[in-house]
Amino acid sequence: MIFAVPVFPGSNCDHDMVNALRDVLHAQAELVPATTSDLSTYDAVILPGGFSYGDYLRSGAIARFAPVMTAVQAFAAAGKPVMGICNGFQILTEAGLLPGALQANRSAKFICQTSELIVRNTQTQFTTTYTENQHIQLPIAHGEGNYYCDAATLAELQAHHQIVFEYADNPNGSVANIAGIINRAGNVLGMMPHPERAVEAILGSIDGLGLFNSLLTNQGQEVTHA
Amino acid sequence: MLKNPELSPEALRDTQAYRDWGLTDAEYQLLTDEVLGRLPNYTEAGLFSGMWSEHCSYKNSKPVLKKFWTQGEQVLEGPGEGAGIIDIGDGQAVVFKAESHNHPSAVEPYEGAATGVGGIIRDIFSMGARPIALLDSLRFGEPDDTHTKYLISQVVAGIGGYGNCIGIPTIGGDTVFDASYQKNPLVNAMCVGILDQADIQKGQATGIGNSVIYVGAKTGRDGINGASFASAEFNDAKASQRSAVQVGDPFMEKLLMEACLEVIRDHRDVLIGIQDMGAAGLVSSSAEMASKAGSGLELNLDLVPQRESGMTPFELMLSESQERMLLCVKAGAEDEIYAVFEKYGLDAVTIGKVTAGHQYQLFHHQELVADVPVDALATKAPVYQREKKRPTRLNKQSHHQFMPRLVDATGTLKKMLQQPTIASKKAIFETYDSQVQTNTVVKPGSDAGVIRIRHTDKALAVTTDVNGRYLYLNPRVGGEIAVAEAARNIVASGGLPLGITDCLNYGNPEKPEQFYDLDESAQGIARACQLFNTPVISGNVSLNNESNGEAIYPTPMIGMVGLIKHQRDITTQDFKHAGDAVYVLGNTGADFNGSEIQKMLTGKISGELFDFDLVTENQNQRLLLRAIQKGLVASAHDVSEGGLITTIAESCFGQGFGVKLTSDLPSMNFFAETQSRFVISVTPDKQAAFANLMEPYATYLGTTTADDRLFIQTADQAFDIKVSFAQRLWEGALPCLLK
Repeated sequence: MIFAVPVFPGSNCDHDMVNALRDVLHAQAELVPATTSDLSTYDAVILPGGFSYGDYLRSGAIARFAPVMTAVQAFAAAGKPVMGICNGFQILTEAGLLPGALQANRSAKFICQTSELIVRNTQTQFTTTYTENQHIQLPIAHGEGNYYCDAATLAELQAHHQIVFEYADNPNGSVANIAGIINRAGNVLGMMPHPERAVEAILGSIDGLGLFNSLLTNQGQEVTHA
Repeated sequence: MLKNPELSPEALRDTQAYRDWGLTDAEYQLLTDEVLGRLPNYTEAGLFSGMWSEHCSYKNSKPVLKKFWTQGEQVLEGPGEGAGIIDIGDGQAVVFKAESHNHPSAVEPYEGAATGVGGIIRDIFSMGARPIALLDSLRFGEPDDTHTKYLISQVVAGIGGYGNCIGIPTIGGDTVFDASYQKNPLVNAMCVGILDQADIQKGQATGIGNSVIYVGAKTGRDGINGASFASAEFNDAKASQRSAVQVGDPFMEKLLMEACLEVIRDHRDVLIGIQDMGAAGLVSSSAEMASKAGSGLELNLDLVPQRESGMTPFELMLSESQERMLLCVKAGAEDEIYAVFEKYGLDAVTIGKVTAGHQYQLFHHQELVADVPVDALATKAPVYQREKKRPTRLNKQSHHQFMPRLVDATGTLKKMLQQPTIASKKAIFETYDSQVQTNTVVKPGSDAGVIRIRHTDKALAVTTDVNGRYLYLNPRVGGEIAVAEAARNIVASGGLPLGITDCLNYGNPEKPEQFYDLDESAQGIARACQLFNTPVISGNVSLNNESNGEAIYPTPMIGMVGLIKHQRDITTQDFKHAGDAVYVLGNTGADFNGSEIQKMLTGKISGELFDFDLVTENQNQRLLLRAIQKGLVASAHDVSEGGLITTIAESCFGQGFGVKLTSDLPSMNFFAETQSRFVISVTPDKQAAFANLMEPYATYLGTTTADDRLFIQTADQAFDIKVSFAQRLWEGALPCLLK
């Protein structure tokens, strides 16, 4: 399985992601510039955290127009796995690949802490190695991670089990404690917490390993999306 | 367009307008009579006002800085370059420096703090290093007035806004509140970088005909002559100085950093030198690069990328627009350098070249607008040996130690935990990304932040420290303690102290009593550095920290880096299990002058500072480090402000363990600030070996427990409080005060 990690100007968790994939999971991973227009040689795409294009205007609002996002759209349409972490999640919502939006935190401040999450859906290709309602510890680090969607969208998300991660102790004001969601098709996941920061015990948590291990285990296999 | 308002050389002389830029009459005279042998024109006088400012020339502090110890076998690059460099083995090196941004932060706290962070980051990557950690040492007034609250929230937001965006973790620092800093807050930022020794760069421009390339953001009218501004004393009448503050763009700096590091890594054969455009912008970077290399330089200012129209040579040379660097590149290799910057969407323009001789020449609209000896700018600023007089406040000191009377030990502890300086700073450091780059092993809130070095077994411990109150009571001993406490933080984390950087924050050196503080404390710092083998490798000086004639406490911020040879030695302050033995290493005296409890109970600090012995300090530090390296220590925490009781409480808070301890000390001594102490916990299987090693310097106090209770029976009373309740007070105090 070869991972592509697109690098937008201002991405700053791109190397962290590649280091986690290569050094810890011994997977193949490549940084690809935002000017890339074809991702078809890759098996999975992970949009990393950071401040793409300075996040001026609105987080992810400029990044969605980068050439690589056209390729990501095609990649997702082909049913291949796409994951967006933090700024990557913001970009996915801006690009319309996931519903809703990420607003400024309720406190109006940047928050960096370890958050307790509850895994609500383990029937996705990203989460099969977790157990239903498992509590895990993942770092968050964002100023705009307050997930918002209207009532109809929330009802849709709930009806189709698209809420994958919830905060146990909502740090940012997200609707329905949402920390991560998946699309209807089950191949595009967005989440504010940083699994790539939780893959080595020396850094405090290995609870992020489950996401990558799930993807690696489920490669090429059908995961029934419940 | 406005007509050029520049005065003629004669008018400049007659109106003495140079005074507004910080040049004194004597300095102007020196420039006219000895350096140039003619009247300087407007641009030339401007260049000298920037380069001869304290910020750039250290003209007041040079005689003091000479006293610092800068040697040591580990030093690869001492003071003088963008930042100092220390060998950490395996062909790797650590680069670090701290810089103050006090004056800009006082008038425009968000941008002042943000650009302070941006500036220090450029100093690190200009040496060829990738920045891996940031720290911030902050001093504010008491957080009980609205202006101070505004300063705090904006400074903290500015630091986070820059560091979070650029993707460098903020892993430590310290924040202290004292009325002394009310009108003159201190914002000192430190950056640490790592590099392969083969990549070490110098800020130099050599080789006649080689190109001087300007890269990064365009030049605007922001921060014009900021170096002179930063070097002047504040008063209310100068509140309009806001225009001398720059505006930062961390996104631009992120691109600039990646592009510069790529040039350093992949184009080292054509890169001659690289330097940040910091204080005094283009003139300072270019003149220093030429002077260091013994070269002349010629710049065509028409080629400088400009954000605004009609900028004068004076403005172009003295602008402190951010996110700009200057490169010296082999003639003919310009295109390959341009290509790198183009990839990042950045300007890269050849604006001049290295020339024969030693003149510094500027052309603007085909006219020679400045022609001065380059060394005169960079190295020939006058040096002042200021007058020194022991301050009256020291002569009037009481020789008696303050003795706090404790009616209710537990009640006093509760109050202590809520003092702004003692209370948890979580509300501040949680707004900084401390984990990006995924190397942070010990996060902020500990004695020192710890960063592992990827693909090795090594780690670095970093800290900032200084207690200005101790220096106020005794500048020399306070200076020794500042270094000692920084080293104590490093050792408690399992590291061997390697070296320091500093920000020397003082009042007006032209006042003999202020200069006394600077000179005495520098001697204290120098002595401690030599004893701990921690040379000074970089730093900066911030003088005139006064408002309306009142100086801040002498505050030489010490930023220290230590090496942890094996990651298994990384030690944190939290108690780890129930049933571990708790020890205090070092003796506890009735030392209260300058302490937090003296301030809490009397509203101020006073009296002669307590005794301090560097030799005992060094011995205790070595003992602890040996115990850690032998694997005998479960937790270690340095004892500082708030005394033993505060230290023990903080060790309980980490993981929620309790303690049951007994001591023959009176309760009040648990608040004493005797130096050279640590609170250490040890698992039962290691206790015998630990006690054996530490005999007779460590005292057994009791054990940790699984109960939610901190209980200490003292000679006269007991401290008895729920750990969870105490922690709520400690963590809740600052958010409440800052509301």
